[in-house]
Amino acid sequence: MAGEDELKLLGTWASPWVSRVKLALHLKGLSYENVEQDLDNKSDLLLASNPVHKKVPVLIHNGKPICESVVILEYIDDAYGTVGPSFLPVDPYERAIARFWVDYIDQKLVIPWKVAFTADGEEEKTEGIKQMLAAVHTLEGALKECSKGKPFFGGDSVGYVDLALGGLLAFLQGTEELCGSKPFDIANTPLLLAWVERFTALDAAKVACQMSASWLSLPR
Amino acid sequence: MAGEGDIKLLGMVVSPFVVRVRMALHRKGVSYEYVEQDLFNKSELLLRSNPVNKKVPVLIHGGKPICESLVIVQYADEVWSGKGASIFPADPHERAVARFWAAYVDDKLFPAYIGIMKAATEEARAEKAKEALVVLANLEEAFAQCSKGKPFFAGDSVGYLDLAVGCNLFWLEAIRKMFGVTFFDVGKTPLLAAWAERFAGTEMAREVVPDADTAVVFAKKLQARFGSNTSAK
Repeated sequence: MAGEDELKLLGTWASPWVSRVKLALHLKGLSYENVEQDLDNKSDLLLASNPVHKKVPVLIHNGKPICESVVILEYIDDAYGTVGPSFLPVDPYERAIARFWVDYIDQKLVIPWKVAFTADGEEEKTEGIKQMLAAVHTLEGALKECSKGKPFFGGDSVGYVDLALGGLLAFLQGTEELCGSKPFDIANTPLLLAWVERFTALDAAKVACQMSASWLSLPR
Repeated sequence: MAGEGDIKLLGMVVSPFVVRVRMALHRKGVSYEYVEQDLFNKSELLLRSNPVNKKVPVLIHGGKPICESLVIVQYADEVWSGKGASIFPADPHERAVARFWAAYVDDKLFPAYIGIMKAATEEARAEKAKEALVVLANLEEAFAQCSKGKPFFAGDSVGYLDLAVGCNLFWLEAIRKMFGVTFFDVGKTPLLAAWAERFAGTEMAREVVPDADTAVVFAKKLQARFGSNTSAK
């Protein structure tokens, strides 16, 4: 089967949504061609592969594109079910819980956080930060429930929720520099703080996530 | 009537997301207790079952709550995988395409048509109507690609994406009645226009989807309660 399976990832080094996908590919031990995109000058391949949103990440598997990071994560788990670890649990109820929290992260953490960074008004920014921190607080509770004392949301190994949140870490850690609020601290979110240390120590995280100050030099 | 264990659905009659779940449960042939919620006076049961978002729908199966309509639909297909019809296709790429478009509908279609209803000026309303039409043009493309000449997004019978889009149709009809916006123009989106009629004619839709007039009455009640600068017809 060598040479039959072709994976191409259209992405940018700084995108947390691309990081989510890279994490999944690395954890599954899948090789892929990383095709760095210039979002100011979008390639024909990107426009043809994601005509609706024209965004990254796009995973192209044997010529067929899959778009939207969480859709790609589920696809990788589905298409490579017998390869490497599984990200979604087997039990339907636990799968529903994992999907709920991934949706929560995208709706309640990511959206206000984007507002906090891009809003022009101080009031809007402050509201965005407030909502973001509230979401982090809720996720502390979610971690307690989902992990049941184990290292990850997924239990003993990295799961769907870990990937969805883990991909965002470089950006979340940059929050303090840019808006003066720590997203994770020992007083309010001790479990998440410990989870962050554990997650960033993973080999896959070191390769897939650009945890570096170089992110802060990007235009907002 | 014995159900598949204890199954309750917390809902609200005109919520398209609740309708979506009811459609899914109909496809699976699952019987359940439906409990109408007053969203202006939320019940203990709702607040306990969905403490994070405090919204409907919530499916409570054997005492365990599942929230978020698309999560519930996937749950139903998985937990009752041997029952009724399959909602998801078997092929991973087709599943990914269905998930992509379902997320698109919730991100782009719902806010656009709700925006038409809530708009304070004619200008704002026209803007939202334009947005909705762009979304429907994209869904026309999606239908052509997914259906491959068959009657539904999923092929011969309704599937995930049909439910994801279809649950909104009665609201689109309500808004057409209230504000005169034409969503399905046979000239511009012929495939989608034909699909919409076909979908509304299914036994499932006839059993589960409320009349557009129910949505109109609800919208007018909301306008009266919260006030509106422009009135509907």
